Amino acid sequence: MENKVNRNIPDEILAKYAYQPFTSTDIEGMPVERVLPTFEATTGSNKLVDSLTDLVNKTVRDGMTISFHHHFREGDFVFNKVMRIIIDNGYQDLTLAPSSLTNVMNDIVVEAIEKGVVTNITSSGMRGTLGDAISHGALANPVIFRSHGNRARAIETGAIKIDVAFLGVPNADEMGNANGMDGDSAFGSLGYALMDAQYAQTVVLITDTLKPYPNTPASIKQTQVDYVVQVDAVGDPEKIGSGATRFTKDPKELKIAEMVNKVITHSPYFKDGFSFQTGTGGAALAVTRFLRQAMLDNQIKASFALGGITKPTVDLLEEGLISRLMDVQDFDKGAAESMHKNRNQQEIDASWYADAANKGAMVDKLDVVILSALEIDTKFNVNVMSGSDGVIRGAIGGHQDAATAKLTIISAPLVRGRIATIVPDVTTVVTPGESIDVIVTEVGIAINPLREDLLAVLSDVPGVPVFTIEELQQMAEKKVGTPKPLEFTDRVVALIEYRDGTIMDVIHEVKD
Amino acid sequence: MEIKETAMAGTLESSDIQIMLSAGTNGYEFELESDVAKQFGDQIKATITNVLEAYDIQNAKISVVDKGALDLVIKARALTAVQRALGIVDTPNWEVM
Repeated sequence: MENKVNRNIPDEILAKYAYQPFTSTDIEGMPVERVLPTFEATTGSNKLVDSLTDLVNKTVRDGMTISFHHHFREGDFVFNKVMRIIIDNGYQDLTLAPSSLTNVMNDIVVEAIEKGVVTNITSSGMRGTLGDAISHGALANPVIFRSHGNRARAIETGAIKIDVAFLGVPNADEMGNANGMDGDSAFGSLGYALMDAQYAQTVVLITDTLKPYPNTPASIKQTQVDYVVQVDAVGDPEKIGSGATRFTKDPKELKIAEMVNKVITHSPYFKDGFSFQTGTGGAALAVTRFLRQAMLDNQIKASFALGGITKPTVDLLEEGLISRLMDVQDFDKGAAESMHKNRNQQEIDASWYADAANKGAMVDKLDVVILSALEIDTKFNVNVMSGSDGVIRGAIGGHQDAATAKLTIISAPLVRGRIATIVPDVTTVVTPGESIDVIVTEVGIAINPLREDLLAVLSDVPGVPVFTIEELQQMAEKKVGTPKPLEFTDRVVALIEYRDGTIMDVIHEVKD
Repeated sequence: MEIKETAMAGTLESSDIQIMLSAGTNGYEFELESDVAKQFGDQIKATITNVLEAYDIQNAKISVVDKGALDLVIKARALTAVQRALGIVDTPNWEVM
């Protein structure tokens, strides 16, 4: 059947997964039932285990769901260590449920799929060789892609029931008190891993730095942890976060950033106490710089910045232009290190950040968000998942969640090389057009016709030409030509859920 | 017209295209490498074919490495490659431009 964004969801998928088709971004009043883990109480005074291999053999059984976090990003050692043991010990039919999959995990996941070790995957996203393998049908069961907020919802409601969580931490004591901000491999906020620590049946902490008991501040607490195991190193500090963040010199990105800034400052939301979230791309970082100047000029301060935090945002906190950073993950060293010295940089878990099945998540209070896109279509639907060749190469991240902000801006170039960014129909709908308010490109902006109020206030801003989304799409097509449609087989290789657990779209196997 | 010598035009920078022409015996023999081959492969070949036909070239081996070039770039690089291959760089055929 066709859902609200005109995507055809095969009936057998709806039946097999008991999915409701996506209908609306409005989820007020959705009934929620949480499923807490059952376990045996422990009163021992030491949870240290010598051997990771023994621990895997003690805790993992065929058919289980295992989880990891991706806070170490491209510097992660834990995922490969654990998966190597799991593969070498011949486990079968596992479900992999990490918060996301980074490139450093690709090869071993492909190997685990080939050997039947992993037969189901749910993740925020994937790229590179793994995305390519999945798009070519390597896994019999479709991958389920969930946003960060939706993963929290799925864990809380039992849609993802984690049997064993293997959580790498840069420090821990022998009882399992741990945080993400101390140690050689510190990464800052443990936001995504906090869900696993709270809801997994068995929680294993893997660290390279044992601290004297009691280790504080404790983000993960001993009340949640079953075992602690020490290894040589949990991550490569050089690859965990990008180093010093440099501002873009790309004139196209700067032009987009300047226009985004004008859209924000001319919107009714730019007033004292406003809140915002930005991504990490070149344009998003430049927006932070322009926004800083506008805040100084107009004597406006923000109540909070949300989501993934970067050094330029920390600078605004230290300058007194933002009162709180609500931090679910840190993208660079500067942001990770500042968690220590800035008590107003608050660590938040994925549920508090973005979960729709909640008594209110922080995204509900968000005024302005700037997000990116691989594709945007004339219905304002956004694709951040499949590339121009139809192959999976992206992640939902917090896109669907943050897009519920009062002013959701998508910043993207009109074209990338010969690929149009604004298209008649996106390859994969991830975030519905209903959530999107303004598209900003280097040639001008398009405003969602649903937002007549924004059309009124943004139609006469100097240096911000307003087009219809159709006009932008035609401009892009005129530049690059009309592409031949991508070819797919009937087989479904991945499912895109909306943040409420309804189904938004499916991804088909590519035909080569 | 016959190709006199193997000739190349263009670079491997993004949004450029590198086209190499050499003598052939069997019509146009394309070898195309491009990240956008699925969507634009046929169009890239058609643009180059049009240029070759304008110069009345019957046979050529055409090796193409495309880095997402727009149509006008492809045409410019094809023209340059053809003029180099035909040894007419100093006397370009203005009629086809």
